[in-house]
Amino acid sequence: MVATTGSHDVMRTADGVPLKIKLRRAERMRKVWAIALVAPLFLFLVVGFILPIISLLALSVEDPDLTSGFPRTAEVFQEWDGEGFPSPEAMATFAEELSVAERGQFGRAAKRLNYDISGFKSMVKKTARQSEQLALLPLDQIHDGFIKIDKDWGDPAYWYAIKNASSYYTDYYLLWSLDLQRDQEREIVGVSPDRAIYVDVLLRTIEISFAVTLLCFLLGLPIAYLLATLPTRISNLLLILVLLPFWTSLLVRTTSWLVLLQNEGLINDLALWLGLWNEPQELIRNRFGVYVAMVHILLPFMVLPMYSVMKTINPWHMRAAASLGAPGWKAFLKVYFPQCMPGVAAGTLLVFILSLGYYITPALVGGPGDQMVSYWIVQNMGQTANWGLGAALSCVLLLLTLVMFFIYNRFVGVDRLKVN
Amino acid sequence: MAMPSYATTLDRIWYVTFRVICCLIFAFLIIPIIVIMPLSFNSEPYFTYPMPGFSLRWYGDFFSSPQWLLGLQNSIIVGVFATLVATVLGTLAALGLNRAEYAGKSTILAVLISPIIVPIVITAAGMFYFYAKVGLTGTLAGLVFAHATIGVPFVVITVSATLAGFDYNLIRAGASLGGDPLRVFFKITLPLILPGVVAGALFAFITSWDELVIAIFLASTEEHTLPRRMWSGIRELLSPTIMAVATMLILTSIGLMIVMELLRRRSERLRGITP
Repeated sequence: MVATTGSHDVMRTADGVPLKIKLRRAERMRKVWAIALVAPLFLFLVVGFILPIISLLALSVEDPDLTSGFPRTAEVFQEWDGEGFPSPEAMATFAEELSVAERGQFGRAAKRLNYDISGFKSMVKKTARQSEQLALLPLDQIHDGFIKIDKDWGDPAYWYAIKNASSYYTDYYLLWSLDLQRDQEREIVGVSPDRAIYVDVLLRTIEISFAVTLLCFLLGLPIAYLLATLPTRISNLLLILVLLPFWTSLLVRTTSWLVLLQNEGLINDLALWLGLWNEPQELIRNRFGVYVAMVHILLPFMVLPMYSVMKTINPWHMRAAASLGAPGWKAFLKVYFPQCMPGVAAGTLLVFILSLGYYITPALVGGPGDQMVSYWIVQNMGQTANWGLGAALSCVLLLLTLVMFFIYNRFVGVDRLKVN
Repeated sequence: MAMPSYATTLDRIWYVTFRVICCLIFAFLIIPIIVIMPLSFNSEPYFTYPMPGFSLRWYGDFFSSPQWLLGLQNSIIVGVFATLVATVLGTLAALGLNRAEYAGKSTILAVLISPIIVPIVITAAGMFYFYAKVGLTGTLAGLVFAHATIGVPFVVITVSATLAGFDYNLIRAGASLGGDPLRVFFKITLPLILPGVVAGALFAFITSWDELVIAIFLASTEEHTLPRRMWSGIRELLSPTIMAVATMLILTSIGLMIVMELLRRRSERLRGITP
């Protein structure tokens, strides 16, 4: 670009266009290029990642089982105010739909009703078998007909459960994931104690993540400090001891701990031989095993960010503090540690965020009382096929993770996320 | 950090204690990885020392089992293709991110990084639900896309880190010498950012190679990967064959770690020459 001075004292390029416009155009082209380069990945992730997750989370507010299984019943039950019993017409509609329902849809609807009251599924099945006669009954005898098949139809709670499942959009699963439900007055109340497990699971997830983060910090601080203060030649060698676990598969490391900690495992053998204890101790299938394995797996994520910050701290600061009369611990706490804070924040938040979503390790080395939210998501998606609840638990876990990530982004910055 | 002359006895005791503590922590980090490797050569199917004899029978088991070999083959196929997809898309995106400032850039960056933040179980369940609709569950193509998705943030991060020290005047110089953008990219930009691209690719590969949760959701019994096969093996019975697989996986990790370390040293050396 050759700039020449034009007639009106405006800088122009060789082709006569004012320089300002030409520059702006070049700048705009650069932006267009930049966006065009990002676009393929952005679209790939929106379609292949964001959209699947949103469609999964959407399942938590949908309740399609009854509305697709018994559409007309769902419609009439929605109009019922939930007081006492539904009208005989509504009951007749239900009886009629029971007699014509297709098997698959019927099964799903019955299973959905069973979530509210256990035993409801078999009751609906029993009723369905006799529903053809039931549908022929005159309206004033229909409720008695139901009760004749199963006396529980005389309990309004069962009828209310049908109403509870009759609207397509629902807060049922989200409430359930927090051990809550709506009673007949539509008030939010706690579920019965034998069903209330998910608040415990959530608190346990936070507790395990917190403990793992704290342990990682306590173990990571000394070795990060040592690595940062040793001569580079030696610290590079020692760094391998941190990097090798970092690069080794999570499943392999969990397997190692299974081998080491089991009853006939190496730790028990060694302790028996040394006389530390007299009979094999339970070291896995409990919280101890979970902590050991998770701390081992996550420790590198704590050490590496702390180390990279500590490396930049001038070692003379500690000497200066000592020369001013501070004892070693005080110099460390008052002079050195405050300068490590960016690394400490990055490490602790990263370890906490990663811990929250752990599934494989607790599933293998933990007992039934050590399973975290992820385990229950998998359980509900897989074995029990309760996708609504699985999705609701996913919402809770994702929300928790995102809150922590926003804190991370605020204090550390997403662009400082380093991997090596 | 040698002891200064003014150190007191207490300082000296603490100095030794501190080093002992550090040694114990390093031992905690490395022993579980070291200890299971010899067990894969045990002649008897037990996991205790001393071992009664040396044998390669568990490796023989692995290489004669069609199940394990299928897992190995699938892991390699999925890993290679997922790495290709992740590296190409991730490198282009990193170039775009570092090329200009524009509104919404931090939001875009957050989206690009999100696959490593979202708990893997949620990602896996979402993909399972979504892929089931388009018939990608139980196929290798589905696994390739899923693994590329979770590997791509690492490519973006490593390539961006390399680009942070990139001199854009080199591109202008290339253009002023008559190179079209594509030629400038392949002749100037790519060779310079190659260490970052290779490091990102290795990260993407190891992410796919070790990935288990998505494989649990998406893979079928016919199309399982190595970790998926290992997972069902562990849940049935902790066999020595699994130790053999674990040993081979650890050796792979060591190999990748060495390559990464060489790349890091190379880029540090290059940076030393051109400040």
